[in-house]
This record gives sequence, structure tokens and C-alpha cells, in this order.
Amino acid sequence: MNFLALIGRVVLGFLLHLGRLTIFAGAAVSHCVRPPLYPRLIGRQMIDIGYYSLPVVGLTAIFSGMVLALQSYTGFARFSAESAVANVVVLSMTRELGPVLAGLMVAGRIGASMAAEIGTMRVTEQIDALTTLSTNPFKYLVVPRLLAGFFMLPLLVLVADIIGVFGGYLVGVYKLGFNPGVYINLTVDFLEPLDVISGLVKASVFGFIIALMGCYNGYFSKGGAQGVGAATTNAVVSASILILITNYIITELFFAI
Amino acid sequence: MFRMNILSPKIHLKDVRKAFGDKQVLNGIDLDIAPAESVVIIGGSGTGKSVLIKCILGILTADSGTIEVDGTNVTHTPAAQREAVNKKFGMLFQGAALFDSLPVWENVAFGLMQGEHMNRTEAKHRALETLARVGLAPTVGELSPSELSGGMQKRVALARAIAGNPEIVFFDEPTTGLDPIMADVINDLIIACVKDKGITALSITHDMHSARKIGDRIAMIYEGRLIWVGNAKDVDNAGNPYVDQFVHGRAEGPIKMQLRR
Repeated sequence: MNFLALIGRVVLGFLLHLGRLTIFAGAAVSHCVRPPLYPRLIGRQMIDIGYYSLPVVGLTAIFSGMVLALQSYTGFARFSAESAVANVVVLSMTRELGPVLAGLMVAGRIGASMAAEIGTMRVTEQIDALTTLSTNPFKYLVVPRLLAGFFMLPLLVLVADIIGVFGGYLVGVYKLGFNPGVYINLTVDFLEPLDVISGLVKASVFGFIIALMGCYNGYFSKGGAQGVGAATTNAVVSASILILITNYIITELFFAI
Repeated sequence: MFRMNILSPKIHLKDVRKAFGDKQVLNGIDLDIAPAESVVIIGGSGTGKSVLIKCILGILTADSGTIEVDGTNVTHTPAAQREAVNKKFGMLFQGAALFDSLPVWENVAFGLMQGEHMNRTEAKHRALETLARVGLAPTVGELSPSELSGGMQKRVALARAIAGNPEIVFFDEPTTGLDPIMADVINDLIIACVKDKGITALSITHDMHSARKIGDRIAMIYEGRLIWVGNAKDVDNAGNPYVDQFVHGRAEGPIKMQLRR
């Protein structure tokens, strides 16, 4: 009986969170398309998400591209298919690794900081203060972050794609002995616009998810420093899991046979 | 219950109730506050003082009862439609609740720029003027809130609360955490900025010296109800054992603190 009650409590708790998240997301999206918007705040968030995430995303992308070239070479060499290395690197980077790795890195960097900042504002009554100063907290805090996440992550991923492919090129040419011109031709010849577009669509969705989970967990945090810490952890974990789930769904939508 | 014969109260509360789960925090609050009157609500921790203010401000929604501001029923007005009412309010939060990401002057000018769409230059000028009213130099305006002492943060919070020339100001524990001298400075500033300007004020505090000084009337809340309301000068001889115990800070009396051993 107690076991059943425990299951019931867990399911009800999950449904409660799901319902609250759905209402939160609906309200946030509806505020995104209704004025007033805060261009200064949106710009600031865009710089924070786009510009300041470049080093960490760039480093992740270049080493991922390099490793990909090295690993696929050692694997394909068994079947004398070394020429497929450039193809594998560019497709893996644009379709999967670029968006997913950038998403996970930005979730760790930006999702955590959003949850911590908004959570601290919640527990120190700064969000209540916004309301008393005739300012809608959704418009002031949530909308700029959502819009910045949605529009900046594709740009970050585009840069990550280029850097990742360049990493593969470096290993391919300077370590594995590929001819530079041939490597570039192999890269370009097999790349379809849909490969890049699917990655950018994923990036937009991931950017939205990261900002949504950061804002949601921060907005409903409670209980002082411990509550803010828990909100930060939940924001990163939930965003990361949702990124991996939606990555599969979007891949299925684009490339399912 | 404790309604004075006020013809057109600035704030009118009738049978206001609010519960969180099984816990009934407000259990039928009745109170009228006249224009330009300063009412102080006293009571122990967890008796619903802050919840009452948040219900009036619209941060929380009362479960039942009536909350009227200038005759307009705002009990269940959604947050999105409260803008006109909220423009009448100023609020000083217990922990000041200053925005860390903004310099002091932008904190003070926040309501002017966001709520009244005043341009930055004019808003800054107004903010510095308001900072001067609470005894702070213009150089303080460029500092970050984290660079200020607790007393200065409270002054900035007071400046922010009055910058928009509100008709009603709420004070949540304005002197908590301050030394006695700074607490009295804040009390004097509240009198100068609010009472002397004819602004209606509703304060909550544990500080009896502050309550006597800034309040025209004092109300005591206990178990979600107002058990005594009277003139500030009568609070020491209220003839109510609950008020007497609280005012004199005695452990013995009808109010039992929940202590676990």
C-alpha cells in the first residue's frame, strides 16, 4: 500500500511539474510576441550567450573534429575506406556533434547562470520588487533570455561546425597525410544544405530549451542558497536530458527513411 | 471588525483570507486605512503580516474577501491588469531587494524608466534628487548595491519606493537588522518622506520604537486575525493581554511560541 502511495506521489509530482512547466512556457512564448520588449536586455543576453560562449564551444568543436577524424581513420582503415574520413567528419559535425555538443556546453554555462541569477532574485524578493515597480517579470527576465537562446545558438553552432570541420582537416592533412585539396573537395562534395539546416533547427530548439529550463527552475526556486543550488542543478540536468531527447525526435523528423 | 468610520478609505480590507495548503495564514482580516494615514501592523513571525501586504500588492492572490484600493476592487485582478493600481504603490522590502545588476541610481529610477517610460537622463536626474532626500550623495548613485552598508541599502530602497511619487507606500520591516541609531534615522526619513508628504503608509514591524514613531494607528495580528487596532499612543495601555505581552516582549503570556525540545 505504501509502495503504491509512493508511486502515486511521484507521478502526481511529475504531472504537477509538467503542468507548471507547460503553463510557464506558454506564458513565456505569448510574451515573446507581445510588446513591450526590452531590446537592451535582449542584446545583453545575446552577447552573453553568443559571444562569451564562443571560446568554450570553439574548443569543444575543434577537439571533437580532430578526434572524429582520428577515430574514423583508424576504423575505416580496416576496410580500406580512409577516403570517407572527410565525409564522416563533416556530416557528424553539422548534423549531430555541432548542435549537441554546443547545446550541452551552453546548458552548463548559460542554463546554470540563468537559474542561479533568477533564483537569487526570487529568494531575495527582487522579482516581487519588479512587480511593484510596474514591470512584468516575464517580459523583463524570461523573454530576453528565451529570444537570445533561440536566435544565438544557431549562430554558435554554425561557428562550431566550421571549427569542427577545420579540426578534422588539421588532423587529416597534417597527421594522416591527406592532400589538402582532396580533403576539402571530399568535405564539400558530400555536404547537402539539409545537413546544415537540420543542425541549425536543432540549435534553435536547444537554445529555447536551455533558456526555458534555466528561467523556469530559477523562477520557482525557494529556500535560500540551497534552493538556488538545487535550481541550478535541475536546470542543467533537465536541459541536457531534453536536448538529447529532442535531438532524436528532430533527427527522426528530418532523416527517418 | 476594526473598521473606523472612514468615509472613503484609501485601502479597504474585508474578511481577507489566505491559506497555503492546510495552513490558514490570513483568517478574516478587516481593516480600513484613511488617506494620508500611517498604520503599522505588529505581530510575531509567521502570523501573516507579509502575506497581507503581498495580497494587497497583488504578488499573492487572496482566497476570499475584498481588497479595495481607492474604491476599486483589486482582490482578483490579474497581475497583467494591475499596472494602473501598482503605479499608486511604493514598497520597501525587508532585505531592500535592490537589483544587483544595476547601479544605485538605476535602481531608484527603475520604476520611472520602466513604468512611466521616462528617458534615462531625466530619470537619472530624478533619482539623484530622490537620493538626496534620503541623505545620500550623488556619488552613491554610481555604486553597485553590494558596495553599500545595510543602512545605506535601506535608504536606497526607501528612495526607490518614493521615487515615483506613490500614493501608498508599504514598509516591510524597515528597521530590521539595523543598529538603533540607523534605525531611528530610517524612522525619521520615513516620517519626512511619507507622513509629512501626506502619503498613505502601511508598515509591518517587530520594532516597537519604530511602530510608535511612524504609526498613527497600530494593529496587532495574531493567528491570521487582527486582535487589536488602536491609536499608536494607546499601544502601551491596550488592555489586551496579547498586545501587552508582545509590546513588553515577555515570554510568559497568552502567546505561546512553538518550541521543540
